[in-house]
Amino acid sequence: MLVVQIKPEEEILPKISSKRLFIFECLGCQEVYFPTEDVEKFIDNLKEEIVGKASLDYLCNREFVKEYIERYSKQIKKAQILLVFSCGVGVQIVSSLLEDKIVYTCCDTLYLNGFQGLTVQEFNCDQCGECYLNYTGGICPIAQCPKHLLNGPCGGSQNGKCEVDPDIPCVWQQIVDRLAKLGRLDKLEELVTPRNWSVSLISEPPVKRFP
Amino acid sequence: MKTKSNLERVLEAEQFAVTGELGPPQSADPEVIRRKAKILKGNVDAFNVTDGQTAVVRMASWAACLIGKEEGLDPIVQMTCRDRNRIALQMDVLGIAALGINNMLCLTGDHQKFGNHPMAKGVYDVDSIQLVKMVKDMRDEKKFQCGDEMAVEPRLFIGAAANPFADPFEFRVVRLAKKVAAGADFIQTQIIYNVDKFAEWMKMVRDRGLHERVKILAGVAPIKSVGVAQYMKTRVPGMDVPDSIIARLQGVPKEQVSKEGIQLCIDIINQVREIEGVAGIHLMAIEWEEAVPEIVESAGLLPRPKFTP
Repeated sequence: MLVVQIKPEEEILPKISSKRLFIFECLGCQEVYFPTEDVEKFIDNLKEEIVGKASLDYLCNREFVKEYIERYSKQIKKAQILLVFSCGVGVQIVSSLLEDKIVYTCCDTLYLNGFQGLTVQEFNCDQCGECYLNYTGGICPIAQCPKHLLNGPCGGSQNGKCEVDPDIPCVWQQIVDRLAKLGRLDKLEELVTPRNWSVSLISEPPVKRFP
Repeated sequence: MKTKSNLERVLEAEQFAVTGELGPPQSADPEVIRRKAKILKGNVDAFNVTDGQTAVVRMASWAACLIGKEEGLDPIVQMTCRDRNRIALQMDVLGIAALGINNMLCLTGDHQKFGNHPMAKGVYDVDSIQLVKMVKDMRDEKKFQCGDEMAVEPRLFIGAAANPFADPFEFRVVRLAKKVAAGADFIQTQIIYNVDKFAEWMKMVRDRGLHERVKILAGVAPIKSVGVAQYMKTRVPGMDVPDSIIARLQGVPKEQVSKEGIQLCIDIINQVREIEGVAGIHLMAIEWEEAVPEIVESAGLLPRPKFTP
């Protein structure tokens, strides 16, 4: 089970200040505890112009999301930032389908006790509790890098492949390519400080548990 | 001078620096270290001891460094993020400084799957850039990563690695810039066989002015056999060994290959010395430390600078 919490305001608001927003809101699924009321409240309080909003369940379903993107294509085009309210999987799907748009997540995905969800998806969310997708153009280094690197690739990245297995793409190569496409490669010059593993499923058992 | 490091002194004096490397044994035998250290003495300004390279268990770097220090050399401890969390890393930094070791190279670490214990749990609590910053803040701010203060700071000359041959190529200089911003004092590169690509990378480095903020030591190494060259080409993460290098070694009779492999190294040293922004070399004669004196002498790098204490 995953639980999604809205990120602290001070982390989100400066990023979207005065920008035209399109919102993707996931209505949830069997596997995720989703704070729908908190999300609605957050959206209502936004001062920015919202050019459109797509609310759907299973934001992790690629075909489903594609339909909505087509339906809302005009509004999405107008938007400067796509704001996503979902678990980490949904954010990665949206950003993979709209590679030339800036996609931000408003949520951290945490671990909840119990057997993990059975929805098989192409993207993993490691429920690490501190979502880094806003640094990396919507591609997850925690879930996809065997060394969970946060400041760029290691010296073993060659021809877009991971040193651990030639069948695994180097996620940092993908991140660099995505940010280059968005003209935002300078984002990677920022020094990312050591992360908080105590909220993460990876550092089992996690210290912070959802009550 | 930030530290008591001999390497720092050589670089401050703007002399072309030479660092060496030795691989510790897969055993508890200190004599191996002593023997190798004696060969390097007088031929290098400082020397690295690798730390669990390619994730194979060997004597810990800091311990072998202490033995090397007893032999009168200036050791460089290598620390990886693969095996230790931020707690252990900082504890080791304090211990290493207390032992009078002056230099530390901060690395991410080769993934555990490469070594002889592939089932081990990799740690990767922090990455190499965060480690550089952590050590710098301990030295210059006297603070631990959590912000607590310490009475006596570790005075370590901080190094990081750079790989001009890994991808994404354009990003490599950004990653170097981050290491410099985090506080790296010196850089040692991956072994260079593709001099053209290295020169390209150095141009990008100079364009950013990074060569003036950090001292870059070009990685070089002799090659003992065609088999070794092939191994490096295919099995070592992040290495670029052009086919022309392999061809050069294949073009001489078998009994002359090692001699050719030494000459190759000397040629590359002479080439990289001409590239603006290169402050020295890092000579990695892996399991072939005996080749070091000959290489250093033939490349015109002797005698090494000596300073009055």
